[in-house]
Amino acid sequence: MHGRPRKSLKQEDEAALSAKAEKLRSLQSQFLVNHHNHIYSKEALDLSAKLLEINPECYTAWNYRKLAVQYNLSNSESNSDSDSAASIFDQELKLVENALRKNFKSYGAWHHRKWVLSKGHSSIDNELRLLNGFQKADPRNFHAWNYRRFVTAVMKRSDEDELKYTEDVIGDNFSNYSAWHNRSVLLSDLFKRKAEGFFPKEKVLREEYEHVHNAIFTDPDDQSGWFYHLWLIDQTVKNDTPLLVSSWPSHGSNITLNENNYLHDCGLSLLNSTLSDTRTLPVILYFNQAVEGINSSTVAVKSEVLQEDLVWKPLSTNNSSTAQIWVAYLNLNNTELQLSKTYSIEITIGHSMGIVSSNGYHYGDPSQITFKLCVQTAFKEPVEGQCAKLTSWKDNDFQKIDNFEESHSTVSADHRIPTTSNWCMEEIDEEITNFRDLLSDCKIGKLTLARLLTALDLLSPQHDKRKYHTEEVLKLYTDLMKLDPTHSLYYKDEHSLVLLQQITSSGESLLPHCHYYKNATETNTSYICLRLQNLSLSRMGSIQNLLWVQMLDLSHNELRSIEGLEAMQLLSCINLSHNKFGSFTALGPLRLLKSLKVLNISYNELGSHSIDTRRYLCSSPLAHTEVFAWDRFEILCGSFSATKFWEAFLIFESLNLMDLNITGNAVADENFTSFIVKVLPTLKWLNGEELS
Amino acid sequence: MGELAAEKHVRYILSIEKKKDSFESVVMEHLRMNGAYWGLTALDLLGKLDTLDVDEVVSWIMSCQHESGGFGGNVGHDPHILYTLSAVQVLALFNKLDVIDVDKVTNYIVSLQNEDGSFSGDIWGEVDTRFSYIAICCLSILHRLDRINVEKAVKYIISCKNMDGGFGCTPGGESHAGQIFCCVGALALTGSLDLVDKDLLGWWLCERQVKSGGLNGRPEKLPDVCYSWWVLSSLIMIDRVHWISKEKLIKFILDCQDTENGGISDRPDDAVDVFHTYFGVAGLSLLEYPGLKPIDPAYALPVDVVNRIFFSK
Repeated sequence: MHGRPRKSLKQEDEAALSAKAEKLRSLQSQFLVNHHNHIYSKEALDLSAKLLEINPECYTAWNYRKLAVQYNLSNSESNSDSDSAASIFDQELKLVENALRKNFKSYGAWHHRKWVLSKGHSSIDNELRLLNGFQKADPRNFHAWNYRRFVTAVMKRSDEDELKYTEDVIGDNFSNYSAWHNRSVLLSDLFKRKAEGFFPKEKVLREEYEHVHNAIFTDPDDQSGWFYHLWLIDQTVKNDTPLLVSSWPSHGSNITLNENNYLHDCGLSLLNSTLSDTRTLPVILYFNQAVEGINSSTVAVKSEVLQEDLVWKPLSTNNSSTAQIWVAYLNLNNTELQLSKTYSIEITIGHSMGIVSSNGYHYGDPSQITFKLCVQTAFKEPVEGQCAKLTSWKDNDFQKIDNFEESHSTVSADHRIPTTSNWCMEEIDEEITNFRDLLSDCKIGKLTLARLLTALDLLSPQHDKRKYHTEEVLKLYTDLMKLDPTHSLYYKDEHSLVLLQQITSSGESLLPHCHYYKNATETNTSYICLRLQNLSLSRMGSIQNLLWVQMLDLSHNELRSIEGLEAMQLLSCINLSHNKFGSFTALGPLRLLKSLKVLNISYNELGSHSIDTRRYLCSSPLAHTEVFAWDRFEILCGSFSATKFWEAFLIFESLNLMDLNITGNAVADENFTSFIVKVLPTLKWLNGEELS
Repeated sequence: MGELAAEKHVRYILSIEKKKDSFESVVMEHLRMNGAYWGLTALDLLGKLDTLDVDEVVSWIMSCQHESGGFGGNVGHDPHILYTLSAVQVLALFNKLDVIDVDKVTNYIVSLQNEDGSFSGDIWGEVDTRFSYIAICCLSILHRLDRINVEKAVKYIISCKNMDGGFGCTPGGESHAGQIFCCVGALALTGSLDLVDKDLLGWWLCERQVKSGGLNGRPEKLPDVCYSWWVLSSLIMIDRVHWISKEKLIKFILDCQDTENGGISDRPDDAVDVFHTYFGVAGLSLLEYPGLKPIDPAYALPVDVVNRIFFSK
């Protein structure tokens, strides 16, 4: 019951209503009798019409009408009377019209009309006239708009004419989101097929900006133009072509591996990390959008250390065959690497066709990554297996780095920026001026300005970094949090992304956040931890600039998720303590980190929430992306209720953690602790204490 | 701010059956199966499902099934996918899925998939992304998702994606919160949420919250309690629910209660109905309101029911 006031009825109204109910009930039951007995007489048809005019939502009655049409047609066909066919259908159209006047939102009525017209006996020409009437009465009715798209397609009315129609509707009243929406649909189509006058799209977009300004600047609180404007920005700056954004190893880098003679298996470890023991090296490709088709024919690798073709895997949390990040493992097990010799590895991406985005765009210009590999001997005390020491995350275990040395060349802030046209920069510049001059003190003005400035920075060449607008954008988001508290966490998330963009944009900006970890400083090369703790981050981002990180401190922030973190394939230690993680499924990306050994998730909100917001963003049986390992689960679960810990099981089962801290979470009771110890047989340290 | 008048709502839901002769009940007679789903799910969230005679409900549901395998909205009404899902959901609530011939229901749904991956609502061919969700949800509950072409079904849903990140009924159709729930839900159940532009859609969805704290279904429309479900569940599935004010929305829903006679309406002081009572209670459950069972945002069933379907052998 939409929009009907809550009040008790007067007695006479009640009586009238009850009489109406009685009448309708009798109509419905008589109708059902006719329907079940296939009675399609004139009386029966009149009865169903009466019913539908009172209650157009009675879908079975529409079905009955269709059966009746079919029945009556097959009878009249034998008389070969085409006029009577037309009149049968006309009756239906008339009935639909009456029903729609009763209830403009009846799905059944609209579909019945479409069904009638699709039979081809009725003229389509009246339909637009009828629609124009209906759409004047209710310009936002989405049934009418859907029907309009159907009718114009049947009539083969041009997109240009329909564009003109939306213009007229918007001219009457700009506050018509439905019309703006339809405009975006029509323009997308015209752009796509490069229709005359719509390609190149520069001129059209320029006019559209003008057009939508009328709406936004007239009433900035009216949302009708907001989303259309954002769409125009996207149309202006968007690069459809898939491109490589970053990689690990990065182009031109030198990777030093440590040969540790103390270990029986002659383990090679990366960057003195005592935590990685396999003689394999990840190669990570990070694209600007999800792509498919990464394999040995689209990505060529040249190197003397290479024994076999690399096997590329999409890094996706849902087993998709397309992904933004692809990884391959360079296997050095069978390679005799000579000490102090430098090996060169050359990777060419996209030299042959086959890398395609989900929208069907092919990879842009072929790109190349060349890096060097050398091996040195590590002088290290023999260690009792791995993780002999508990990883402490205390401030005094970290030591500031004054400047990066050559051995830090893995620390890269290299990211590629596609060249953009001047037109695009000019357009964004002009929008910035417009919004600064006219709308800088209201919500949508500030938000749009922040987005425009961010877009401009992304388009600007990297050497112009000094001209970046980060500080201004951060201030805009801070203002917005106060101005529009209802959505403050949206602005906070955006603020976090911009802040991370700023921190990770160069080696210089990263340096204050890079620390030596004390346990490692005793040896000849240095173990770097990226410390992004205590920054009020509510969201993680700029991960494409952090592919080199092995030890990451994100503690004391306000993070709820670590979406995208799976790209950090070198990560072996992570501190997520004192954040807002509310469920195990939020840790989903960790499952793809094969080197992860140390996880501190203490003092979060695990077990405190009844609603899990990551439930469907994590691969699981609920989303049909994973088969549940019942046998193992049941053995481990023992007496616990099977449904209690499935999320924890799902996340931790595939990890090889040695050090886990989970204290300070509602979930971490005794039952859980004994369960998790069974799920993680590799565990040596739990909640800061050594397991016996 | 008032509190949830839980007991009154229970009494209101139970009383609906006794008012069969009211004009509203007669008008809604053809969708009694949906009504059963709304009322019973709300009762379950309120912890009072056990007050009902299970056998009576189950046998009524089964009397709505047709030879084709599909269910009608009431006894004597034609089968339609809309009511087939409600029937399956109610049976799942009562842990009575074993009373149906799973293959028969499955075959009915499978027969409604079209060449382009879309689904028709019944044999008369109306196509809508609502039906895509229903087909996927229903088959998933029955563990028969492999019987349809999921890839094509997903592709069709994506073809209904709009400039604002939302989804419409058919390609080109305007975004609408109810439709977005269906599309995001279908993508969630098929592990395809990576195809949703979560930040763009999340912004559109969070801007549905108006000054009163309520949510509307499209820009520049009035708020309505039913969007506490459609918008909220979508925001939860894409993990952007923190972008709205939960406190304000809780207050709005509570303000729509009829504290005297029970039930929840679309807006404060309007007439209550079972549809809005369910969506209000389900919305509060999604907002972690104390005393309510949690509900799953994609299956639209209590979490314990979903867990029973997927995490028991």
